[in-house]
Amino acid sequence: ACLDPWGRRGGGPACLAQGLGVLALTCLSPRQTVEHGFPSQPSALAYDPALRVMAIGTKAGAVKLGAGDAASGQGRFGVSPPLPQTQHGADAGPRSPPSSCSPSITRVTVVLVPDDYRCGKALGPVESIQEHPRDGSRLLIGYSRGLVVLWEQNTRTVQHLFLGNQQLESLAWEQSGKSIVSSHSDGGYMVWAVSGAGQKTQQPVMSTIPYGPFPCKAISKILWRTCESGNPFIIFNGGMPRASYGDRHCVSVLQGQTLATLDFTSRVIDFFTVQSPSPPSPGFENPRALVVLVEEELVAIDLQTPGWPTIPAPYLAPLHSSAITCSCHVSNVPLKLWERIISAGEQQSPRLSSAAWPIDGGKNLAQEPTQRGLLLTGHEDGTVRFWDASGVSLKPLYKLGTANIFQTDCEHNDSLNQAGTQLPPPRLLVGCFDPYSDDPRLGVQKIALCKYTAKMVVAGTAGQVLVMELSDEKSEHAVSVATVDLLQDREGFTWKGHDRLAPRNGPLPFAPGFQPSVLVQCVPPAAVTAVTLHSEWNLVAFGTSHGFGLFDYYRRNPVLARCTLHPNDSLAMEGPLSRVKSLKKSLRQSFRRIRKSRVSGKKRLNASSPSSKVQEANAQLAEQAGPPEVEMTPVQRRIEPRSADDSLSGVVRCLYFADTFLRDAAHHGPTMWAGTNSGSVFAYALEVPSQEKFSERAVEAVLGKEIQLMHRAPVVSIAVLDGRGNPLPEPYEVSRDLAKAPDMQGSHSMLISSEEQFKVFTLPKVSAKTKFKLTAHEGCRVRKVALVSLASAGSEERLENCLACLTNLGDIHIFTVPGLRPQVHYGCIRKEDISGIASCVFTKHGQGFYLISPSEFERFSLSARNVTEPLCRLEVSRLQDTSCLRWDRRRGHRGFATAAPLHRRPPAHLSARIPGMHDSTGPPPRAPSPHNVDSPLL
Amino acid sequence: MLLGWAPANGCRCLGAAEALEPFDAEFRRFAMKRSSAGRFQDFYRLLQTVHQIPRVDVLLGYTDVHGDLLPINNDDNYHKALSSANPLLRVIIQKKESDAGVFASNSLQRKKKGLLRPAHYRAKPHLLIGMPQDFRQISSIIDVDILPETHRRVRLHKHGSDKPLGFYIRDGVSVRVAPQGVEKVPGIFISRLVKGGLAESTGLLAVSDEILEVNGIDVAGKSLDQVTDMMVANSHNLIITVKPANQRNNVIRSSKASGSSGMSTDSTPSQQTPSPASQYLSNYSTAESDEEGDLVIESDSAPHYIPGGCPNGGPADGPLQRSLSPHSSRGSLQSLCSHDVPGSGTLDCGAHRGFAAALGNPIESPCREEHRVWRDAGACPSPCMSLSHTMCPGCFGQRAWHGGLMQ
Repeated sequence: ACLDPWGRRGGGPACLAQGLGVLALTCLSPRQTVEHGFPSQPSALAYDPALRVMAIGTKAGAVKLGAGDAASGQGRFGVSPPLPQTQHGADAGPRSPPSSCSPSITRVTVVLVPDDYRCGKALGPVESIQEHPRDGSRLLIGYSRGLVVLWEQNTRTVQHLFLGNQQLESLAWEQSGKSIVSSHSDGGYMVWAVSGAGQKTQQPVMSTIPYGPFPCKAISKILWRTCESGNPFIIFNGGMPRASYGDRHCVSVLQGQTLATLDFTSRVIDFFTVQSPSPPSPGFENPRALVVLVEEELVAIDLQTPGWPTIPAPYLAPLHSSAITCSCHVSNVPLKLWERIISAGEQQSPRLSSAAWPIDGGKNLAQEPTQRGLLLTGHEDGTVRFWDASGVSLKPLYKLGTANIFQTDCEHNDSLNQAGTQLPPPRLLVGCFDPYSDDPRLGVQKIALCKYTAKMVVAGTAGQVLVMELSDEKSEHAVSVATVDLLQDREGFTWKGHDRLAPRNGPLPFAPGFQPSVLVQCVPPAAVTAVTLHSEWNLVAFGTSHGFGLFDYYRRNPVLARCTLHPNDSLAMEGPLSRVKSLKKSLRQSFRRIRKSRVSGKKRLNASSPSSKVQEANAQLAEQAGPPEVEMTPVQRRIEPRSADDSLSGVVRCLYFADTFLRDAAHHGPTMWAGTNSGSVFAYALEVPSQEKFSERAVEAVLGKEIQLMHRAPVVSIAVLDGRGNPLPEPYEVSRDLAKAPDMQGSHSMLISSEEQFKVFTLPKVSAKTKFKLTAHEGCRVRKVALVSLASAGSEERLENCLACLTNLGDIHIFTVPGLRPQVHYGCIRKEDISGIASCVFTKHGQGFYLISPSEFERFSLSARNVTEPLCRLEVSRLQDTSCLRWDRRRGHRGFATAAPLHRRPPAHLSARIPGMHDSTGPPPRAPSPHNVDSPLL
Repeated sequence: MLLGWAPANGCRCLGAAEALEPFDAEFRRFAMKRSSAGRFQDFYRLLQTVHQIPRVDVLLGYTDVHGDLLPINNDDNYHKALSSANPLLRVIIQKKESDAGVFASNSLQRKKKGLLRPAHYRAKPHLLIGMPQDFRQISSIIDVDILPETHRRVRLHKHGSDKPLGFYIRDGVSVRVAPQGVEKVPGIFISRLVKGGLAESTGLLAVSDEILEVNGIDVAGKSLDQVTDMMVANSHNLIITVKPANQRNNVIRSSKASGSSGMSTDSTPSQQTPSPASQYLSNYSTAESDEEGDLVIESDSAPHYIPGGCPNGGPADGPLQRSLSPHSSRGSLQSLCSHDVPGSGTLDCGAHRGFAAALGNPIESPCREEHRVWRDAGACPSPCMSLSHTMCPGCFGQRAWHGGLMQ
């Protein structure tokens, strides 16, 4: 049975196609395909040295498997309960094995400890159970109070007692089994020698507090790894001096005299080391890499290269290293630009190791991506990150910072580096997760990139619009600054929001990569709400809640500024802070409501009981005691048409450039379109001089038309369709032979999407041709729209244009263009997931991304032909018969896995069902059930 | 022998229009034979001849024995009128203006009724109480014959009024009678009526009325926010089907009436399947929405409304009027017409409609036709004039405004 991966409401995609000339439904095969990024709230980590795959469990009950670089990807099991840490507390014995143990331990064995060893007190919970590295029948059990027992399972006897008296945190075997190491809550660790049967040891061989002598925090996990080239590695988590670094998240690597403290920006969850699959010399582990899972990222340290540099991870990239504020997808990126971006990125991070990704199990069966897709994410700290989104794993390519051209209050990095030098051992700042933004005004709101000319526009929270150009050389130049007054001559307005960012003066150094050439600052400095770039005309258009502007970045002068503000709109001048007040107020009100309903609920419950009278009286008292303005007002909604003086009606929602017919049907030319929150559309005819006269003549903009949509809903998108009904190509697309020239013979039409309806108008005479009133019919509102071209499943050549629309209910609707006939709609995102819906971006070829957590993008595909999904193979050897189980997994199974994020169903078994999570020396694992085969390994 | 009494061309004298009005009421008395009454069209031509207004479209009415003014516009009511002559028949002839009829105060409704149940419409007499521009239809109960008696379908006409729709909705629990017994299901209810608002003034909606449909679309399973969005999206022409909390004022139909509608009336209150009526309604809402004109201002010529895509056309009235309200012309549009004629934003539409009539402009075709003619001909009196085109010349007195200026 095929489960519907989209089935929030049970049924499959609702098909509405009717009549002739509709999009072939074979084109549409919607599904969620792969998750990119770092899992939210990871809670457990496991690594299988035989299969060389790792698994990360999360609090939401998901498990992601990470295999080799090539087999890149992450999968998600639908597991429901939160995964605990691999430590378990129990007074009477182990309750369940830690995930690193053999699955053969299925019985609870009561370890009987003679009374005289208990020193008259309870042993405390079991903190650690470690299997002997060579002999699976011997277990090391550590109790919280300090006692460690070596237990022989076959004879059911205690082989060795270590009478530790320090509060125990964790245990680890030395690889040969001749010694053990225990870590303690005082920040110290002890090495104990293991000998024959029936012994008890009072004193460790060695005991040290590495960060002593001042009080230190506990070492919660410790590893001992032998090394052929010299001293063993001792790797532990925590143990930092309580007073000065107690709040840091550190993992220390100690080898002989070399101590490195890896300082992470988020809590350490767990870590493991990776050995070579076949050790060159037996008896030594020779760890290749240390892999550390912290709350917000996964970091691998190359232990074989001096200086222990970081190995870049091919997956699980921390997308949210600073909160994502916007995203933008560029498809079919030309190879030239691709290589330049990669090269710029490589020059940025010299401290990365060149070693291969250590977790190299599995085999990637996914096809090479057919085209290069670039995902750009804008962040709160003013950076733009470039991701390779061509394939199953999202790889970081390049990071662009915009903060350095502004004067910001604190020089964030310097202060941290100073702190670093105070630590006695070399302290390495590791990882890139940095949630602290210097200045919220730096936040990136809108991005536009021209893939043919490598020009980019980045616009931010304080009305800054940066025009950038890709350069392969580093440079030192001054950025020209221009301000554009969007209020024009409107009087009576004072901006109460934040100040504009002060640009730094003089020439500034810029690394190879995107370098700013022009900075345009909007006045008032409200967040930029729309931006668009036309690299052929050298124009950038931008809009805020006050108006829009047009800037010629070749001549570096403003062409146009237009105020869209309504005279009665006071909210637009408040700045972003005023919202907080109303939120507080509404929170207070809802708390009151909850309290009220509790009181009345009690009343009803006890209505028949004898004590009801007393309770009723109490309830009444409680009601009277409340503030007088408390009213039992139900949630109600006002029904009123939108009026022109609704607040924030002037917000510019979309901007668009088109070469089309605005004034008459005979002459086409450059035009610019702007749509606002109140349903107004402004169309300007542009006089753009020819290329060679660019420096002589200025661009001129003349208002051609002004359209007021009667329903006054915010205009979400504007697009012009050519004579054949196809969207106009991007600048340079035609001149570089990458797109068919638009049909300029037939009459053009204009597609305006508002939050409530879609409408196609004729051009130049703006008369309505077709429309679809989504809100009036379905009660949902448009959140995102995109014109996408889908290749049909039958034939690659057959491309169909359609309008994809994501609604506030999280549904995706597909319409024909220009007929606006509804084709299909299905649930995609939960309607409660407002940030998911707000983050959605569509690609040009029918894929899309949305955030399922602050750190993860879910990728989905509307088209049957253009699907990016993981496909890999992991060979699980079954020990009793030597034949290999080929475990192929294709996610196209439509079902279990893809549904997981939506349903969070409770399968309830994790450790036993992860195929391959077994020890190579242990007894045969359970044969994978059909269920296992269906589980995705991605 | 019958006597005709007819004030031609202008029983309406409004303010300034009066001064411009070149003629007053005109009375003619003539006789005709009852036996040779003929057809309505013949009578109509006869009147045009008698009054020497050969190409002027007029509306005919007569007063019956009760003193009500009734229309004469087809053979049936023509003969009915004749039969009521005792022996004098007073026929009132009034110039037809634009398209808004005297007897049907709302063209939307006329069209709709024409589609749905023309017989019903014709049979229903209209009372002419006063000049139509002084009155505005604000609501109607519709589809009485096809709805269960426990339900009421109300159309709220927002038009250009400054009155708010004036109601609030909330979540609630609806009790339904199902085959298994009584069941409770979530429902949407009217929670509040604003005093002086449109909803309250109709008297057709009340607090706690359950909302079943919005413009023909069943709201079952939809959230409060969804229903709110649907209502706001339809607010220019909102049709809501309610189950009134007070069931005592329901329209009681005779069994004959319900039989003739072809619909069974025994539908239980729990019946939630969209009735054929709601199918009709959705069709209407699309058809009518075509009349919802978006306003386009050409920076180099007269502004115009975007005609809808409906080929057979319908007059655009309600939504257009909205744009005439002062705030919209004060708004963003004004900046374009920077040298606008002072005061254009405060024009009273009704007065200028009368104005147009007074000038004798043959405004008769539906709005879209009219302004298309205007646009194509480029017939703006002067460049300055063209800038004051903030209203559709076809529907309301924009043209008259020009005329007034030229005077």
